[in-house]
Amino acid sequence: MLEKILTEENFSALDELLERYKGVPGPLMPLLQGAQDIFGAIPEEVQSYIAEKANIPLAEIYGVVTFYSQFRMVPRGDHVISVCLGTACYVKGSQNIMDKISQAMGIGIGETSSDGKFTLVGTRCIGACGLAPIVTVNDDVYGKVKESEILKILEKYK
Amino acid sequence: MDQKHSVLEMDYIRKQERIALKNCGLIDPERIEEYIRYDGYQALAKAILQLGPEGVIEEVEASGLRGRGGAGFPTGRKWRSGYLAKGNEKFIICNADEGDPGAFMDRSILEGDPHSVIEAMTIAAFAIGATKGFIYVRAEYPIAVKRLQIAIDQAHEMGFLGSDIFGSGFGFDIELRLGAGAFVCGEAKALIASIEGKRGMPTPKPPRTNDKGLWSKPTILNNVETFANIPPIIRNGAGWYAAIGSEKSKGTKVFALGGKINRTGLVEIPIGTPLREVIFDIGGGIPGGKKFKAVQTGGPSGGCIPTEHLDVKIDYESLQDIGSMMGSGGMIVMDEDNCMVDIARFFLEFSVEESCGKCTPCREGTKKMLGILEKITSGEGVMSDLDDLERLGQIIKDTSLCGLGKTAPNPVLSTLKYFRDEYEAHVKDKTCPAGVCKALLQYTITDKCIGCGICKTVCPVSCITGNKKEKHVIDPSACIRCGACQEACPVDAIIKR
Repeated sequence: MLEKILTEENFSALDELLERYKGVPGPLMPLLQGAQDIFGAIPEEVQSYIAEKANIPLAEIYGVVTFYSQFRMVPRGDHVISVCLGTACYVKGSQNIMDKISQAMGIGIGETSSDGKFTLVGTRCIGACGLAPIVTVNDDVYGKVKESEILKILEKYK
Repeated sequence: MDQKHSVLEMDYIRKQERIALKNCGLIDPERIEEYIRYDGYQALAKAILQLGPEGVIEEVEASGLRGRGGAGFPTGRKWRSGYLAKGNEKFIICNADEGDPGAFMDRSILEGDPHSVIEAMTIAAFAIGATKGFIYVRAEYPIAVKRLQIAIDQAHEMGFLGSDIFGSGFGFDIELRLGAGAFVCGEAKALIASIEGKRGMPTPKPPRTNDKGLWSKPTILNNVETFANIPPIIRNGAGWYAAIGSEKSKGTKVFALGGKINRTGLVEIPIGTPLREVIFDIGGGIPGGKKFKAVQTGGPSGGCIPTEHLDVKIDYESLQDIGSMMGSGGMIVMDEDNCMVDIARFFLEFSVEESCGKCTPCREGTKKMLGILEKITSGEGVMSDLDDLERLGQIIKDTSLCGLGKTAPNPVLSTLKYFRDEYEAHVKDKTCPAGVCKALLQYTITDKCIGCGICKTVCPVSCITGNKKEKHVIDPSACIRCGACQEACPVDAIIKR
């Protein structure tokens, strides 16, 4: 999996990013966000590369990567299913939807299916509470989702 | 014509007063010309050419505007302290890390009227003498990020940002910074740490951010909605704004109505409007003829407000008095089908996950509380657990370092106060009155059963028995309470309680 993302092409894109943030105060967050966009994740190899080039201690970078929930060290599946577990969605039964997907796919929250196709995540509020409960698959948003419909929706992405 | 008249007469429209949301949905947010057409950047011109820094601060002070992020600190006083702070470099930060689940007014403003925030930040910068601003926005809001960047670029082209704004010699620039999914970064000092490229952890106060903020320079932070109120205040004058709202809290507040309510969405109302009016007149009450149980305000920092307090007039103090808080304005309505113990557990789970781990009361205390709540919802609670929850909650409130920990016990303490009977039902009778807590549920087949056998075939653990055309029975000791039988039953003969 890692060989697939640690390509020369990706590293040269990272070089460009590092160049852009040279001399900018507090560059670490945008650097890591950019790196994650390039590689799909921020594995240790990428962290130590940034550490060396941007002259930031690796321990500090690792600390930041593991602190924020949106940074990840392993890439996600082809399709990311996120079930909103914000309050409005929760009171309208999003936990049951989550359980149903988890059971049907055999993966827990934050896990990726063994074929690398799906990653299931529980997201915090995406601010579309009027449409609760919400499920998003990649960039597609499904509002007012019924427990009985969810597996049919996911069928499209198989 | 008649129809238009009747729409405007609807309570949903009539009882609202739109100031912060004035332009949302009316203008094209990606065209600065449309913002200007609706008086945009006039407030900035008035501030720079007419009022001067002190004049601006006096105006904001006199308006009575208070921080809309939740704590309600007077905005004018904050700006004055920024103005008085000594330093050759100062910063303005817009806190757009709208993390409370169930609140989306900031997203709406950022997406629908981004220039109002940029104009307000520039006014604030002019008032306190800052030259650089940051908008710290959640990465979960990609459209807001895109539109803000467009708006910043357009403001530059028009000369509302950059050096020498309106030929005054005053220069200001704004940079976007994205969050990375940490609720605690809504806290001022944690947010600053995050911009600096560190773990988003708060530090003790003092020093306050207006003396030592970003890179230890004087920094003024305001929330998106607070900023959105600034241009109208400067344009129309403090007196106009101060005439709206309640005695202690002026102006309007945007609430995100959600949950079990007929009309969901953002509503902007004068502060001091009774809760009942918001939920029943504006929101249209509870769907499906269900009974109102509670309204949750303030997200994970707030509490659940029961029927008996529905006539409370919403403001910062009144909500705090009844164990909740205004917060950023999430307002989630719950009906008889929601279990209050489960809701308390839900919020605490959130706080446990989002605690940054720096101070012990928040890191360990909330975890202990969650453990007790899980024990109760799984039917293993004892009565002394309730006292433990109260005691622990109070200690966490008193001793945590930042706002996250100080308010994390609120959902538990408020539900314990108003819905103690529900907790006791879980502990003493081992039942969940709302039918939510799975471990305490029992599925039974009523006499409506026609003996079709469908439930028997869908049951994953084969715990249903019965002959064709006769009433079937569920064996509660083997039942895993998945609810598959209830969903499959063609005559709704299966009930859970």
